[in-house]
Amino acid sequence: MAENSNNNGKPVLELRKLCRHFGGLKAVHLVDLQLKEHALNGLIGPNGSGKTTIFNVITGIYEPTEGEVVFDGQSIGGLDPYVINQMGIARTFQNIRLFPNLTVLDNVRIAYHPHAGYGMRDAVTHNGLFELKERELTDRAQEFLAVFSLQDRQGEIAKNLPYGEQRRLEIARALASSPRILLLDEPAAGMNPYEVVQLMDLIHFIRDKFTLTVLLIEHQMRVVMGICEHITVMDFGEVIARGNPKEVQDNPRVVEAYLGLGAAELTKKYLKEKKR
Amino acid sequence: MKRIKPSTLLFVAASIAVFAIVQVLFNTGILNAFWSGIIRLAAVMAMVSLGLNLIYGFNGQFSLGQFGFYAIGAYTAADITYRWEQLHSALGLTVVLAAGVLMGLAILLVRKIVVKLRGLDTLSAFAMYLVGVILAAIVAVWIGNLLAQPATSLFAILPEKISQTIIFFLAILLGGLIAAEASFIFGLPIFTLGSDYFGIATLGFTIIIKVLLDNSDTMLGFEEMKGARGMIGIPKITTWFWVFFFLFATIVVIRNLLNSSFGRAIISVREDETAATAMGIDVAYYKNITFVIGSLFAGLAGGLYAHINGFLHPNSFSFIKSFDPLIIVVFGGLGSVTGTVAASFGWALVLEGVLRLVLPDGFETWRFVVYPVLLLVMMLLKPNGLFGNFEIPFIRSVVPPLKKELQTKGGDASKENA
Repeated sequence: MAENSNNNGKPVLELRKLCRHFGGLKAVHLVDLQLKEHALNGLIGPNGSGKTTIFNVITGIYEPTEGEVVFDGQSIGGLDPYVINQMGIARTFQNIRLFPNLTVLDNVRIAYHPHAGYGMRDAVTHNGLFELKERELTDRAQEFLAVFSLQDRQGEIAKNLPYGEQRRLEIARALASSPRILLLDEPAAGMNPYEVVQLMDLIHFIRDKFTLTVLLIEHQMRVVMGICEHITVMDFGEVIARGNPKEVQDNPRVVEAYLGLGAAELTKKYLKEKKR
Repeated sequence: MKRIKPSTLLFVAASIAVFAIVQVLFNTGILNAFWSGIIRLAAVMAMVSLGLNLIYGFNGQFSLGQFGFYAIGAYTAADITYRWEQLHSALGLTVVLAAGVLMGLAILLVRKIVVKLRGLDTLSAFAMYLVGVILAAIVAVWIGNLLAQPATSLFAILPEKISQTIIFFLAILLGGLIAAEASFIFGLPIFTLGSDYFGIATLGFTIIIKVLLDNSDTMLGFEEMKGARGMIGIPKITTWFWVFFFLFATIVVIRNLLNSSFGRAIISVREDETAATAMGIDVAYYKNITFVIGSLFAGLAGGLYAHINGFLHPNSFSFIKSFDPLIIVVFGGLGSVTGTVAASFGWALVLEGVLRLVLPDGFETWRFVVYPVLLLVMMLLKPNGLFGNFEIPFIRSVVPPLKKELQTKGGDASKENA
């Protein structure tokens, strides 16, 4: 709701004791997570720790086994993905999922479909309302592409774009569905260092421009530590640490999860020596 | 005032020219009755295949049920005109009209209830729709019987030609409507199935329809349909004008639909279901609506087909036949409207026309050897179909130019790709 949007203290999305089990496998177990309005949140953890599963539960691809997903004071666990998207949660995918045989412009225009503003009757007859709304929709889509400097590519088939541009297009498409929360699943995967820097700037920029709350999964610590204000660390489906980047880096359990048992001791020793 | 695009003008002009030329050829007798039948059949097949292309080529749902809906449309329309021509009664028209309208209303009503009761599982929703439609049908038979007498006397007042045309036109539309409603009900439970299983379920539907038609006189009680002996005595009133009119309308409707936000939503389901649903597209709804629209065209085509030869036989709708539109669609190019229309005419002219004449007596069945061989060669040389995804300018979707303020100085790429 609009009244809440300026309330910085209140979480816009909250996971309460969220569980997602696949048979005996506890992919996500008793996870609590709060996303504050307008914050950049990071979700990290070794491979298989349940990060993407959390995304899938939030966006409705999986139903939660137990627990609740609360968006804006409303429980959304188990709703259809398209309903959740229309409520204001958009995502990108770990392995890019564009509409490969459509043009760049159409990829973005599809995300606008729920806001198209004309009915099927107008579409079939191509009447005045259709022309007007379609023009409006196209203008907005093209402006979006311009934000991601993809406007010169609008006529190209999506699958022919280079990798970095496909990533950008996917983010553009997610934003076009006018979300309040943006979930980014490894946005920097496969990007070169230069593109990563650009991406970090871009995430900051869109967060401010579209007043978004961002939650991102990322393996490149440079990105996570560079832009996230709040980080949650997972291992084996459970949250093992949370806090700002500094706190998380110093947390022995995090070091252990990433580098193995005993690594924490070594790090402590190293840090002590460094202090001397 | 809206500016009319040159491509639209060109398309309309070309269509009128084609219509006029073929009409003149018929009238002067250069094309005899045999070829006239073939060409009308080609146009009808183009409608069926366009419907299938919408379902399979654009929405990505592999369906073999197209001929089932074609059969529903054909028998529905034929029954209406048969009763008028042979029995001089508008009973068929009034009952089917009432059924079409009431069943449609019932579906809309149940849909409102289902949307309100969020989270209803598919099978209970299906049961509710089914009950609603059956109740509507029962009421419709009663209302239709009441209205039959007045309607008959009303049509009897009009000149014979006019009343026949009105009843024919309504019969075609009602055939399409009933087919669309049947596809909606049938589609509900089976859209939970994945792609290949969906194909098998729709194949099952075609077989059910064929068996019902085989026994339509005994099981269903429609004696005039004469079951497996074939229905005769249907007036032969599908002229070139009518098939052309409906084909033209079909192409325009499909083109307009595809070049809109709804069309893009339909195509997005084919491209990536997960991504589409994550982008706010109600995938189940779009699968269902596409199936209904595709079946509507099949039903309309069925009605036209019934009145070409004046004869319907359940064997024309057997499941082997139901591969015809599928092959046409694949041959012409999945997702190409132009290709589908071209392939339909090719199919009818070559297979039903030329080969029948060229092959010596007794070798007519050899065309079903030539046909698969053609298909094999085709698949090896051009696996995307004859036209790939080529479209004529009228149908093609155009990437709109960028506004001035968005254009970058080095924006040559956009010009190249536009």
